[in-house]
Amino acid sequence: MKNSKSSSSKLNGKVILLLAAAFCVAAAVLNICLGASGMSLPKLWEALISGPGTSAASRILWYVRLPRTVATLLSGAALAVSGAVIQKVLSNQLASPHIIGVNSGAGLAVAVCTAAGLYSAWTIAGFAFAGALGATFLVVAIGKRIGASRTTVVLSGVAVNACLSAITEGISTMVPDAALANADFRVGGFSSVNQSRLLPSAILIIAAIIIICTLSNDLEVLSLGDDTAQSLGLKVTRTRNFVLTLAALLAGTSVMIAGVLGFVGLIVPHIARRMIGNSSGYMLPFCALLGAGFVAVCDLAARMLFSPYELPTGILLSAIGGPFFVWLLLKRKEKRTA
Amino acid sequence: MITISGLNAGYGGSEILTDVHAEFPTGKISVIIGPNGCGKSTTIRSILRLVPEAKGEISLDGVSLDTLTQKELARKIAYLPQSRQVGDIEVQRMVMHGRFPYLGYPRKYRKEDYEKVAQALEWMELTDLAHRNMQNLSGGQRQKVYLALALAQDTEVILMDEPTTYLDIRNQLELLERAKRLAESGKTIIMILHDFEETLHYADHVVLMSGGKVMTSGTAEEVLRSPKMTEAFQVTPRFYRAEDGLHCYIVP
Repeated sequence: MKNSKSSSSKLNGKVILLLAAAFCVAAAVLNICLGASGMSLPKLWEALISGPGTSAASRILWYVRLPRTVATLLSGAALAVSGAVIQKVLSNQLASPHIIGVNSGAGLAVAVCTAAGLYSAWTIAGFAFAGALGATFLVVAIGKRIGASRTTVVLSGVAVNACLSAITEGISTMVPDAALANADFRVGGFSSVNQSRLLPSAILIIAAIIIICTLSNDLEVLSLGDDTAQSLGLKVTRTRNFVLTLAALLAGTSVMIAGVLGFVGLIVPHIARRMIGNSSGYMLPFCALLGAGFVAVCDLAARMLFSPYELPTGILLSAIGGPFFVWLLLKRKEKRTA
Repeated sequence: MITISGLNAGYGGSEILTDVHAEFPTGKISVIIGPNGCGKSTTIRSILRLVPEAKGEISLDGVSLDTLTQKELARKIAYLPQSRQVGDIEVQRMVMHGRFPYLGYPRKYRKEDYEKVAQALEWMELTDLAHRNMQNLSGGQRQKVYLALALAQDTEVILMDEPTTYLDIRNQLELLERAKRLAESGKTIIMILHDFEETLHYADHVVLMSGGKVMTSGTAEEVLRSPKMTEAFQVTPRFYRAEDGLHCYIVP
């Protein structure tokens, strides 16, 4: 079966994966070099090897640009993979952590956390994960209860999203200190990346992505439908709950780093599917790399477009994501009527 | 041989099957017939443990299926459901999933897995379509892919829930001919059919169900000529013998 066509498609997958990695590195380097204070490549190299604190350039690199870039990469990879997993599990390409309320669940939990005066990185990570997890399983449970057509699940997610966002706004209105502390969370952006949160986030995100990538076969079998999946020997409920938990962990951790960033989990899996195919074994790692590079580029654009003013990245993503979502709906209509 | 004894099953508290007893012989085509809603699909789904509220004993060659893990069960029995969502997936990739019950962790395919998939695609004459997307295939081609998936699963038993539904007559006959060849190769085929003529022609063994119970079983001619047929369907099949054998028809 390892015929020429199959191995050439594998080669294509590897080539595309390498290209995505190159895109990711280029986006990261640009994000580090460009800004109010420009940094040439030799200067960047010098600042990198000299370590933090010896010159203005190295301080900018180590305390501002590098943490910010790492945050964009981690957050982008996490949201893209989370979106790809949620779309597979719900068999709906319109689903994403933002649209079905997973991000809002994490956002609400962070609002509760800050309102209670809890600011430790691990506590916020725990709350964000719990919020994302709660929202995910709430949407799945509602979908199951009302008969779960593929559209119904997304609609129930939209309703959950609206409710959770409303509660978050309510908390922010009633607890002004919390509102101040989580203002960045609600819009989503990287202007005030908390360095202490990067290490726990990196550990959680990288571990979750590696585990999910090893389960890409299980995810595909799951997307064939419950009866088929079970008849192929998959423990359907256990697998679904496990991968959704990992997807929620990724979305929640991303919220902890950058707040509620919309549409990454919708846009990136779509682009990835078009480039590499839905059933490729490379789909999930490709999504991770593409998502990381995509958010790094968006963050760069948000900083540079209206310089010296900086746009929160979440606003830019919503501006791109809204029309993209409408385009997707139109495409689905075309497909139905074709 | 698959033996079902004392099977009671249903959904959401309402019982569909009541004390079902049936036997499906090895290396033969067994056909379950019966009116809509009589529990044919529930019987097949119960064999695969897809009905949570099923109680009773189901065994394969004397071994209770309850003693098998989900993966062990999938290595013994393959299933073609009545309908399923058509995934955005290539034919070859779809058939590769037939090897899922044999994969360890991490999910790495072995040489043997690729060989089994190649054989299944070749046997179903799908090699040319291997890189086509399932969504771009006709109903007949998709059904062939699902059968190739079941073949790649390399099981002793294949369950088919109304496999000829949605197929034109040529594709129906092609699928039934393949099922016949599979039975001749030693596999046990259990399928649900609605067409009496097809049942008469292809079934080695027939189980008639009605109201969640087995009414009678035996050879196709025995069952179709049984008075229980009229009781179950409210119609009486008629027969005529031609040069190529016995035929069955219904007069409305």
